[in-house]
Amino acid sequence: MNHRNKIRLLLGFEAIEIVPERHDLTILEYLRLNQGLTGTKEGCAEGDCGACTVIVGELVDGRLIYSPVNACIAFLAGMDGKQILTVEHLSADGLHPVQAAMAQLHATQCGFCTPGFVTSIATLHLNGIKPDQQSLGDALAGNLCRCTGYGPILAAAAQALDSPHGDFWWQQMSAAHDCLTIWAQDQSMLVLDGNPAGIFIKPHCLADALGAMDRHKNATIYAGATDVGLWVSKSCADLPVLIHIGDVKELTDIAMDQDWITMGAGIAYDRALSCLQQEYNSLGHLIRRIGSAQVRGRGTIGGNIANGSPIGDMPPALMALGAEITLQSAKHKRRLALKDFFIEYGKQDRAPNEILTQIHIPRHLKGQLRCYKISKRFDQDITAVLGCFYSEQDQNNIIRKANLCYGGMAGIPAHAIHAQQAMLGQPFSLKTIEHAAHEITKDFKPLSDMRASAEYRTQIAANLLKRFYADTQSEAGLPLLDHPDSLSYFTEISSYLNGDRA
Amino acid sequence: MSIKPSAQYPDGIQGGVTASLAHDSGMRQAMGSAQFVDDLPELPNTLHLVPIGAPKARGIIKALNLDKVRAATGVVAVLTADDVPGLNDVSPTHSLDDFVLASSSVRFHAEPVAAVIATSRQLARKAARLAEIEIEETPAILNIEQADQANSIISDDYEFQSGNSDHALKSAQHTAESSLIIGGQDQFYLEGQISYAIPQEYDPAGHRDILIYCSTQHPSEVQHNVANVLGVPAHAVVVEIRRMGGGFGGKESQATQWAALAALGALKTGKPVKCRLDRDDDMIMTGKRHDFTAKMQVGFDDQGRILGASAQLKARCGISKDLSDAIVDRAMFHFDNAYHMPNCKIHTRRLKTNTVSNTAFRGFGGPQGMLAGEWMIESIARKLGDDPLNVRKRNLYAGLDQAPNDTPYGMAVKDFILKDMIQSLEDSGDYWQRRAEIKAFNLESRIIKRGLALTPVKFGISFTTSFLNQAGALVHLYKDGSIMLNHGGTEMGQGLFVKVAQVVAEIFQVDSSHVKITATSTAKIPNTSATAASSGSDMNGMAAFNAASTIKSRLIEFAAEKYKIPESQVIFLPGRVRIGNDEIPFKTLIAEAYLARVQLSCAGFYKTPEIAFDRATGKGRPFYYFAYGAALSEVAIDCLTGESRVLGVDIVHDVGKSLNPAIDLGQIEGGFMQGLGWLMMEELHWDDQGRLRTHAPSTYKIPTINDRPLRFNVNLW
Repeated sequence: MNHRNKIRLLLGFEAIEIVPERHDLTILEYLRLNQGLTGTKEGCAEGDCGACTVIVGELVDGRLIYSPVNACIAFLAGMDGKQILTVEHLSADGLHPVQAAMAQLHATQCGFCTPGFVTSIATLHLNGIKPDQQSLGDALAGNLCRCTGYGPILAAAAQALDSPHGDFWWQQMSAAHDCLTIWAQDQSMLVLDGNPAGIFIKPHCLADALGAMDRHKNATIYAGATDVGLWVSKSCADLPVLIHIGDVKELTDIAMDQDWITMGAGIAYDRALSCLQQEYNSLGHLIRRIGSAQVRGRGTIGGNIANGSPIGDMPPALMALGAEITLQSAKHKRRLALKDFFIEYGKQDRAPNEILTQIHIPRHLKGQLRCYKISKRFDQDITAVLGCFYSEQDQNNIIRKANLCYGGMAGIPAHAIHAQQAMLGQPFSLKTIEHAAHEITKDFKPLSDMRASAEYRTQIAANLLKRFYADTQSEAGLPLLDHPDSLSYFTEISSYLNGDRA
Repeated sequence: MSIKPSAQYPDGIQGGVTASLAHDSGMRQAMGSAQFVDDLPELPNTLHLVPIGAPKARGIIKALNLDKVRAATGVVAVLTADDVPGLNDVSPTHSLDDFVLASSSVRFHAEPVAAVIATSRQLARKAARLAEIEIEETPAILNIEQADQANSIISDDYEFQSGNSDHALKSAQHTAESSLIIGGQDQFYLEGQISYAIPQEYDPAGHRDILIYCSTQHPSEVQHNVANVLGVPAHAVVVEIRRMGGGFGGKESQATQWAALAALGALKTGKPVKCRLDRDDDMIMTGKRHDFTAKMQVGFDDQGRILGASAQLKARCGISKDLSDAIVDRAMFHFDNAYHMPNCKIHTRRLKTNTVSNTAFRGFGGPQGMLAGEWMIESIARKLGDDPLNVRKRNLYAGLDQAPNDTPYGMAVKDFILKDMIQSLEDSGDYWQRRAEIKAFNLESRIIKRGLALTPVKFGISFTTSFLNQAGALVHLYKDGSIMLNHGGTEMGQGLFVKVAQVVAEIFQVDSSHVKITATSTAKIPNTSATAASSGSDMNGMAAFNAASTIKSRLIEFAAEKYKIPESQVIFLPGRVRIGNDEIPFKTLIAEAYLARVQLSCAGFYKTPEIAFDRATGKGRPFYYFAYGAALSEVAIDCLTGESRVLGVDIVHDVGKSLNPAIDLGQIEGGFMQGLGWLMMEELHWDDQGRLRTHAPSTYKIPTINDRPLRFNVNLW
């Protein structure tokens, strides 16, 4: 097997090779400390504020696609074979339209978050996307600004996204595409093992990944680093072997047959969203609220399952649908129901040499799915209570299937067994739902923490069932506060989103 | 003779006062080239300091074992309280209760007890985790209730009153009681606390001078406190800051500790030392907005007009005084908000807890006081079943120079303009029509309910500690006609620098781009006050005005003498000066003045007039004037889950004659969103061990772009 021992990437428009001083060096550390590119800021070092956002270009199905990445938690070595653009690179051909609009329209105050907003908006610009207001909000909700109140930033984004690319950018994107395409043909595996602190391995195919796992029993595998990255940036953890599986071909395929969607475990939320929301609208809406654009572009469905979070957000929704998963080691492959994967808090049914490779999601279900995420903030917040409900009734309105799955209520994502029992065989009515809601208290004894008290969680778990009932009683559903589209009270928007400011 | 505008200035100067000029750093910020302290090129051999916090909230330090820290890779030095050569204190009011490093005992969780200095920040952070600290715990007092019961206070209770509150409450037709729990708030400036200390030459007296780049709203205080910590005169310490990545009060008094640690480290190692707190340490180790509890009793007539009121405000000040006395005082000054409250007594408790010392945050106690007052007003409306807006309007101060206008602290409200502002908002925002629509909606909608409120604000402008109301500026004209501006105010994003530059540009009638805006430095302007109390533009603008005006009068005097005309015939026009019947370019006049040995540099000074407050009698004029505003907000809540959303907001705000309307609109809008975050989603959660559990954006949620109301109209009055 061919190995390379240098990271190869485009920094800006220049192809460079890097032997980092540490195998777990983040993009942010590299930019600021090694390259003196200090435009990219550290606001939180945990991927939650967006001040460190850089633009990463990579090939998806042969096309060059850009996505925003939190540089503070992304390992530099994981960017092998990709392009990194920072706020500095954007003015290579004179002021970028996004930069000009941000400055002219008073969208900067203290300016510390500004480079992150510039790169997030420029990502849309590079991809040629002109989002509607809601999508623009979703694209920027991972960038926190404490000064402006966001209005001028929205105005700047709207102005900038209306302006075309100059020739410079067409040429650069074409050149980057060519370069990444050539690199993609070289299947050699990146192995950084020259540093006593640790080893970094980046395989391209599943066989290589499984082989590496067999050789390194102490390996930490990761795909998007939206969780593992924090172990290093926040907890200063020593991870002696890092295996990056985010670019393993077999893990990034999506296949569909009559009954199942089979998704590679390395599919990021963003790609899953476009596929799953067609099948299950409510699930699409839930994914929209997971993390931020930066997180949804990197974080994977597989990682969300494999890290065994007791909260979610994907496992309860997938369990409600009856999803299954495939686990694979060098010698063995098995398929099991997702609900059986979670054993207890911090413990999953996965051997150290196994990788979660596929997620199987049933299609064309006859019943109704609703996913409700309750958190202090609508966007980019860890859930306090997640309720994902699937029920199926026969022609006499008798409930034949009831999957009531919760996150945040126990040590693992879990079915509300008693509440489900209270529904099965009963008519789908308010009376049945109220009885089931009462039964929830038998199912869960949740914790109190900074996100919610046990009392709140218990009450909300029951109330979400009532919401499920009300929500499924009409075609339009309930107006939901996390869903501005459903709030028709105001069509009016701010004065200077329509016109000018002073 | 009519003078035509020159070709260079067809429309007058660019960026004089009242122009909506973009923020002076906007372009650089958008390009990533605006330098914050951590972006300054690091000098060779720069070391990195990380503080080490105590693991318990209260107790005696039995053992502080730092052997493993010292032995860790990359570690160069370790600091403890024993390394402080001067005074181990960084308190803003010299109350001697804020330690650089705690020594014998710890008083709140994560109170710094040591600091590690290493060759990289990453190695310093790793080493800091190896400290072994043994604490013999004593019971900690963690919240308002516990402190109140234990009579744990940082200062004596303080109250003032107008008239006779007790009597008025007893004799009123109606009374209502209300209470409110008001949470705290983290500043969450995007740039965390940072100081970069660089050792300079040795002074003949034997000590080493030091230069500190510090992200602070109060360079002078950092300078003086660091000098005390080092045991050197203030002239041995220079503090400089070009810009902060946000301050919001959090860098008013609490930047000092990190500057002191960096300075101690720099002197101990002889190398440049940077202390940049990571987000967790920043949120755990520095103070926040004070949380309060409030209890109110109000007596009123059938119309809801207040006859007497009494309020008891209890504030959690944390472990030390810091700025808490002034903050709680300001809560008292704002309890009346926009309403005439005769016979009003306001009693306050300033509670000491084993939590990090709470500090300044935008509004400085004012918002908490107003919130309590507004909640009391609503209690009247509920009791009478009347619309709260009616009750509000009936209780407003009378108006410009009309009675009744006496506040509970004896200051007359002479500039009251809120009646017209409220009426305007009521009309433009269709208050009554929307009220009717919402009532109808709420009858129909079982789960989602909507609500509407129109609330005014009256905010006192000035430091309530009168001597702080002073500012200095320094203006240089170079002989090529370019201008350098410096003043004691600091730039934290609020646009102070560009506003003051506009003042100077206006005086000399040049484009503001001719005015170089420079970093705040204690070496240029001494003994400044914090950039705070909504006074930055007023005070520094006036100081710069005075400096520039002095130079201008020297120029006029020179030109009149040289060209033998009366001074009244020397007139500054855009980019040029009319001298009698001739015009010469501005820069020509400056070159001539230089050759004639006219002093082209001047320091300016300003002190706010007419203010004085006597704390002993609780009477006086703490504020030079009031600023007014009003907001009409509509919200929706989900009765099944408690989720809420602000749907629409209309704001009018009085800023006087705006120096820069675009900047002011930005402040109003950003300030509103910060308040929305405070009251609707941000929550500081301490556990029963006194540990803050919401210490990073993953757990502490400030508003995102999607929390911005769908309808959001902001207008200057």
